[in-house]
Amino acid sequence: MARKILFQDAIREALDQEMARDPSVIVMGEDVVGGTGAPGEMDAWGGVLGVTKGLYGKYGNRIMDTPISESAFVGAAVGAATCGMRPVVELMFIDFMGVCFDQIYNQAAKFRYMFGGKAQTPVVVRTMIGAGFRAAAQHSQCLYPMFTHVPGLKVVVPSSPYDAKGLLIQAIRDNDPVIFCEHKALYAMEGEVPEESYTIPFGEANVVREGKDVTVVALGRMVGFATKVADDLAKGGISCEVIDPRTTSPFDEDTVLESVENTGRLVVVDEASPRCGMAADIAALVAQKGFSFLEAPIEMVTAPHTPVPFNGVLEDLYIPGPAKIEAAIRKVKGYKG
Amino acid sequence: MSASDIRPITMPKWGLSMTEGKVVAWLVDEGRTINVGDELLDIETEKIANTFEALDAGVLRRKVADVDASLPIGALLGVLAPASVSDADVDAYIAEFQANYVPPAVEEEASGPRYEFLDVHGYRLRYTRTGEGTQIYVLVHGFGGDLDNWLFNIDALAAVGTVYALDLPGHGESTKAVTAGSVQALAEDLCAFLTSLELSGVHLVGHSLGGAICLAAALAHPKLVGALSLLAPAGLGPEINAQYLADFVAGESRRDMKPVLQQLVADPELVNRTMIDAILKYKRLDGVGRALTAIAAGFVAGGKQSVALRGRLGELAIPAQVIWGAEDRIIPASHAAGLPAGVTATVLPGVGHLVQMEAASDVNRLLKG
Repeated sequence: MARKILFQDAIREALDQEMARDPSVIVMGEDVVGGTGAPGEMDAWGGVLGVTKGLYGKYGNRIMDTPISESAFVGAAVGAATCGMRPVVELMFIDFMGVCFDQIYNQAAKFRYMFGGKAQTPVVVRTMIGAGFRAAAQHSQCLYPMFTHVPGLKVVVPSSPYDAKGLLIQAIRDNDPVIFCEHKALYAMEGEVPEESYTIPFGEANVVREGKDVTVVALGRMVGFATKVADDLAKGGISCEVIDPRTTSPFDEDTVLESVENTGRLVVVDEASPRCGMAADIAALVAQKGFSFLEAPIEMVTAPHTPVPFNGVLEDLYIPGPAKIEAAIRKVKGYKG
Repeated sequence: MSASDIRPITMPKWGLSMTEGKVVAWLVDEGRTINVGDELLDIETEKIANTFEALDAGVLRRKVADVDASLPIGALLGVLAPASVSDADVDAYIAEFQANYVPPAVEEEASGPRYEFLDVHGYRLRYTRTGEGTQIYVLVHGFGGDLDNWLFNIDALAAVGTVYALDLPGHGESTKAVTAGSVQALAEDLCAFLTSLELSGVHLVGHSLGGAICLAAALAHPKLVGALSLLAPAGLGPEINAQYLADFVAGESRRDMKPVLQQLVADPELVNRTMIDAILKYKRLDGVGRALTAIAAGFVAGGKQSVALRGRLGELAIPAQVIWGAEDRIIPASHAAGLPAGVTATVLPGVGHLVQMEAASDVNRLLKG
């Protein structure tokens, strides 16, 4: 039955239940066990933020610490996936993709296509995204648009504990490589999650809130911001529909277009950089396929086109927060030809 | 006339999980004379939208709750009073009510006993028990449903008896792996549930597939059952909307499910986002697809119902009634015609298959007898 747990516990529960269900599921990454090669407790860390803590005690060597060499262990996970395992490999921060990108975009993403559909690569790359942790420019980015750009990869950006568990179980059972992006600032979010296993299909957007004046499409941490703004604006008579695509690849075009058909107005909120990002992609989709629905220009609320600042004041300003979202909604609502 | 003639209209509690409701619309104007049972407002909960009917009589003196306001259960929605009560007394009443009103603590509610579980035939069945009276009602939902299908009925029936509502195997929060999905097997599970709780002579109330299960249970174990109410039941004729069952099992998205679920009711507006989301959340659980497929195969074959119990209605030696919505698009209301003497039939106009939700007050009155 459903009870309230944290986002990070929902992730662990998904891993736990899939490891129990399917012996081919393994977990690997830096410090995912935590005590390897050191005196003291083996299960010391359970990941840098403790997400995988406790799994070593249940599954032993099916959860393994790797050297600090992403190119080697992500490659090993991709290889294991082609040989019948279902590895869930942790790339601690998505910012580190640069050193293992070939293994992901030019190997894992291509195998099914280059081997005539006979090869499958059921690997999941779990990785942390997002600003707000005072972790500076190299540990704070939202690089999921780069993975979304690559055909052959599936890309997931959950925004709630319920979605995190169901989407991660779906990712593990999926036969294609999946990039699973966890926003650090959501780990402590609490929400209702069923104890039982369940899957949420990819490419199925969640209509978080219904409304009739403005469609707000938001991803990851931005979903909570957008919903809060929508709740506040409802009191003043502006009714917003908040849509969380949940997966950027595949992308649920129909839900977004149907919503804009009803509202005539679109705001896209994305923590990623503005150029060639999800906001630009979704705006282009609606401009092309939903042009006749629009009653106002599309607004994009994104981070500025700059590396994430280390200075706390600047970092807070960098994040597309509720004030910027509210201003954009008011702008499209107030547009007069 | 004094302030003691003033009656509050408060946010109802429809089902265990309801903590607040949203006022969708007022259906009457201030100054109107209200009788018990008159439709007052449309209220939306996390499960469904429904019309709230007056529990008291009087003139609607004041609408306190605004449209679109979300209010906790027990919150003041409006005030009824005879015309002779002064406006000042009404105002004073409202001020005093608001000053003393404390919303129920959500934390306390969540930690209190909400659901109970019972192990029967290898299943862990979820159920609720509400009320204290000697008359025992046991409510059995239909295909793909759960005990929340009775959220507009449980509290009303609990006023006159003790009400049990359970999740059948494969449903709600009961065990999903169904070992035997036939109506007979599910009826035996239900009887084992009653026996384990040491219940007998109960008033069994079954909806749709649950109706066939209750009827089969009453025929197999007459001592356990003292009265039978069948709401749009399966088992009384061959016709059924088999496409609905197939689409319910197959649907994966909100877009798939909305038109499917709208067939359950005469007024499609009743099917809101949260109701669809709750059903999708259930359908996504591991094992639900297999369970529903097995149970569907147990009572439908080749587009027709395969369980025929109409001929055995005459064997019942207990009060029995059938209640149907005239606009039922799942199992036709024509099955309510030509029943043997002793089985009363009520067909409610303008109501669909989900009769206990769409015409909750009528059904509650009929169930209270």
